[in-house]
Amino acid sequence: MSTVTPLYTFVLRLADDHLILGQRVSELCGHAPMLEEDMALPNIGLDLLGQARALYTYAAELQGLGKSEDDLAFCRQERDYLNALLVERPNLDFAHTIVRHLLHALFAQQLWQCLQGSSDATLAAIAGKASKETAYHVRHTSEWLIRLGDGTDESHERAQEALDILMPYAKELFEDDATTQAMSDAGVAPLPSSLFEAWSQRLDEILAMATLSRPEASLGLSGGRDGRHTEEMGHVLAELQYMQRAYPGLTW
Amino acid sequence: MTQHTPLWEVFIRPRNGLSHRHCGSVHAADASLALQAARDVYTRRGEGLSIWVVPSADIVASDPQDKDELFAPAEDKVYRHPTFYEVPEEVGHM
Repeated sequence: MSTVTPLYTFVLRLADDHLILGQRVSELCGHAPMLEEDMALPNIGLDLLGQARALYTYAAELQGLGKSEDDLAFCRQERDYLNALLVERPNLDFAHTIVRHLLHALFAQQLWQCLQGSSDATLAAIAGKASKETAYHVRHTSEWLIRLGDGTDESHERAQEALDILMPYAKELFEDDATTQAMSDAGVAPLPSSLFEAWSQRLDEILAMATLSRPEASLGLSGGRDGRHTEEMGHVLAELQYMQRAYPGLTW
Repeated sequence: MTQHTPLWEVFIRPRNGLSHRHCGSVHAADASLALQAARDVYTRRGEGLSIWVVPSADIVASDPQDKDELFAPAEDKVYRHPTFYEVPEEVGHM
């Protein structure tokens, strides 16, 4: 017997964020603009997949249906994925990759920090390891954004464009609903909205150094947390799920 | 590309008590990005506890053509090697 508890939904959302972002970053393996980034981005992608694995394992345990981390990662339908829309946005150019990651990493860094003190021991343990990795992700992406923004005319223009396009997707990360409220009440996780101010302040500091301007507050784009995704999500899943769909149960 | 990302030499210290060893080079826009690139390229398997990066252009190297005058004179001075000397037995372990 199983029930979908708020904790299960919360862990699954977090796992999906990290899997899909990890998949997006991994797409650049062999395609990064320079050798050094070709090492750095898959490194980061592997950190994210590692975090996702730990979360899926825990989610499967909470679900209580005897499923594995792989079942959850590879064998669900698009509408069952609960990642924020931001992480499924495509790698249109290097600026998009960096901006998307920075917007998420600044959020994740604070969340992991809070989760280290979670009333849920498993999440607290996962957060301990993830915090160190995420600190590096923030460092890597913020340093890059500063160079892109304060670099050549073209890199500045592209960084600003990526920021203008991706910024509306960041709002979803901070949305509260019944699930996040239940987590907050139980002392498991902070309300996402409570993380916004510090995120916003840190982002502004980085954008100032990057000589980029923060886009005017616009309508936020959301839906991912409830399984309503953008067109690109199907393409992400097609590649992500191919092996398990074609050869069910395949292992290394 | 290299116009904006010059070459940096990377030195890694694997453990406390050992010295930094040259292990390769990376291209990067500036010092802090060079440090990050070195971390990503050369310490993925736990190779290091400390990284140095140095602009390759700042390294002063000997000219290969000068090798005879620089290094040949050392070739016939076998007495500079400790193994040249016989240690009397009475000395015991040195």
